Amino acid sequence: MQPWQADRTRAPIATKIVVAGGFGVGKTTLVSSVSEITPLQTEALMTEASEETDDLTGTPDKRTTTVAMDFGRITLDDDLVLYLFGTPGQQRFWFMWDDIVRGAIGAVVMADTRRLKDCFPALDYFESCGLPYVVAVNHFDGSELYEPEDVREALTIPAHIPVMIMDARRRISVIETLLSLVGHALDETPE
Amino acid sequence: MSSTSRKHLPKRGADRKPARVRPYSLTGGRTRFGHVLLVETFVGATAAATAGGGTAALDAADERRELTSGSLASIMPEMRAIVELCRRMRTVAEIAALLKMPLGVVRVLLSDLADQGKIRVYGTGTGHGTGRPDRALLERVLSGLRRL
Repeated sequence: MQPWQADRTRAPIATKIVVAGGFGVGKTTLVSSVSEITPLQTEALMTEASEETDDLTGTPDKRTTTVAMDFGRITLDDDLVLYLFGTPGQQRFWFMWDDIVRGAIGAVVMADTRRLKDCFPALDYFESCGLPYVVAVNHFDGSELYEPEDVREALTIPAHIPVMIMDARRRISVIETLLSLVGHALDETPE
Repeated sequence: MSSTSRKHLPKRGADRKPARVRPYSLTGGRTRFGHVLLVETFVGATAAATAGGGTAALDAADERRELTSGSLASIMPEMRAIVELCRRMRTVAEIAALLKMPLGVVRVLLSDLADQGKIRVYGTGTGHGTGRPDRALLERVLSGLRRL
């Protein structure tokens, strides 16, 4: 238990990072590697609008769907707590991730080079809402190792956005990924 | 190994027209009386809500392993269960997870409890104007991560 949990007279500053990517890419593994609590799961209702019907001139077909989110926590200081929210995104849908994205530092978009297409929707989404993001290629044992620049080219990621090869099972690797995102978010935030 | 010998990676956007992107809009998350309830928003029970009684329930809840405390919701009404959980500082997402309730439902109940003065909703690290963390906060997060 952290000291701030028992003090109801003041709240720590809460901030969050979104971890996105396709099914099985390692979002929960990444969160578990750095979280001080066993990751918790919660369900959120989300609105989805299928890409095919997304027409700016009319009202698109919208449906709501229930998705599970895993989240973990890192106490960074006496009064500063960082939450990591793992969000699903394997479907070819535009998700309206209002709840999770609003107020976030940024997003780590996880990619698996064996199923690179699975991260396309997440990239499209964060580009469209202007949230700072980095691309973290989770390298799986036995899979072909690509250079970050190969992945950058395939994903058409601009040069100023970090693309890294990492291992979601390794705490150090995850911390480096988070540092890279927060550094990038700082670069994107006006003085 | 040269990049030409590697397997071809699929290229994003190769098979479709430029995306027509619906502008992102900020909605929701704000309650009737203006409390902002994001997933990471902290809430705590007020002294008035926890005064008198409930101590036994508190002790029992504290002893119980947090991950199994979904049972808390089955032994008392939802609103009461939330107030009990909020004897410690909790986030909206944490309450939803511990009580195994959808986020949307928890947000409505928390909004009612806040309106009744039973819980206090605290601010988050989000800048007021931009909806994004400011540079000072990002610097603090960076230093915090470097210390891990």
